[in-house]
Amino acid sequence: MHILILLFYIVILFAVVMLHVAYATYFERKIIGHMQVRMGPMEVGWHGLLQPIADGVKCFFKEDVIPENVDAFGFRMAPVVSLAAMVGALAVLPFAPGWVIADIDIGLLYIFAMSGLASYGVILAGWSSNSKFSFLGGLRSMAQVISYEIAMGLSLVGVMLLSGSLNLTTIVEAQSGTFGGMYIFPQIIAFGIFFVAMLAETNRVPFDLPEAEAELVSGYSTEYSGMRYAIFFMAEYVGMLVMSALGTICFFGGWSGPFAVPFFPALWFVLKVYAFMFVFIWIRATMPRYRYDQLMELGWKWLIPLALANIVVTAVCKVLF
Amino acid sequence: MDFIPREYLGILLLLLFGSLFGVLTLFIGRFFRLSRPYREKLIAYESGNEPTEEPRMRFSVKFYLIAILFVLFDVEAIYLYPWAVTYDFLGLFALIEMLLFIFLLLVGYVYAWKKGALEWTK
Repeated sequence: MHILILLFYIVILFAVVMLHVAYATYFERKIIGHMQVRMGPMEVGWHGLLQPIADGVKCFFKEDVIPENVDAFGFRMAPVVSLAAMVGALAVLPFAPGWVIADIDIGLLYIFAMSGLASYGVILAGWSSNSKFSFLGGLRSMAQVISYEIAMGLSLVGVMLLSGSLNLTTIVEAQSGTFGGMYIFPQIIAFGIFFVAMLAETNRVPFDLPEAEAELVSGYSTEYSGMRYAIFFMAEYVGMLVMSALGTICFFGGWSGPFAVPFFPALWFVLKVYAFMFVFIWIRATMPRYRYDQLMELGWKWLIPLALANIVVTAVCKVLF
Repeated sequence: MDFIPREYLGILLLLLFGSLFGVLTLFIGRFFRLSRPYREKLIAYESGNEPTEEPRMRFSVKFYLIAILFVLFDVEAIYLYPWAVTYDFLGLFALIEMLLFIFLLLVGYVYAWKKGALEWTK
């Protein structure tokens, strides 16, 4: 493929994802608003539809405070590292047959690598801010992300066993055809583990301890303001998108649906991803926060043994049947 | 552009694009946003008080332990990936090999548990 065509695809993907990020915040505020019997944003545009644009413009023009005791380079780069790594993970996601920037054979491994890289941004921010709240937030985030990374990696081994590939397109194709072909049915336990680990990896409620506002102000992003804060925010929402897409691809058959949609083959994929996003937000409106020792206990003492047992059972079943 | 496989060229470009977006928005924003720093604004946030002592204080050794355990378990998880992908070709032999491997992993895991490495509140 010509490099210009590739660049064109990248620009389109990036624009769509940034639009998604903007409206995901609107989606979240509206849903939480209605779940708490409020209206959510209503003022800017019809039913607040222009609110994300207004927020973006506001963040862009806000003062960028860099406190005097920070490690300037790390402090300035941390949001960019987070965002770039998460955007990089988008490259391997197949949105529809052929709609993928890089159809590589190690897709799953690459996504793990990129989500691990994104947590460097958080740790860098926590360390370089030179503030107690940021430091504690960064530490907590590091310990939490690496603990759940193992559970997530092990839970997806079941999917690899069934599909025999790390390539995300192949994984989707292995599930398409019938409704019962979706890996959610044979791998329901793996999906449960994956789902919990996904919430923890993206630092969402009930595992949002790195930014627990009741005790750590805003965690690693305490010292950030203006556009730098907005970039951290974007990275978090792109991360949610990547994890939702990964769940859709590995357990819900990606782009395959009950009937093919003309002109927009990615429709089923988008609907499934948004269902995931809705559950993310629903959980945020419902669940209280975990305590830190409970979080570590859940990750190390429950999810990891369960994931190992799931691998063994899947492998034995594959030999027997 | 023969020195990079096409698929990886896409990844490289997307990564560059992502970082350029971040750097450029921040750089262009410099010319538009105001900047009125004063001393109180520039000290680290500590609930409105003057910051006491160094923020990079001594922290729990548990974090270090978790990091070490992570390295062990993640390497072992990585060994499972190629096994899972080639499982169809290798069959029963691979199953027995992997059961042995997971058994060894479990021994280490139980040891770490019994030693109290997984207890956060001790």
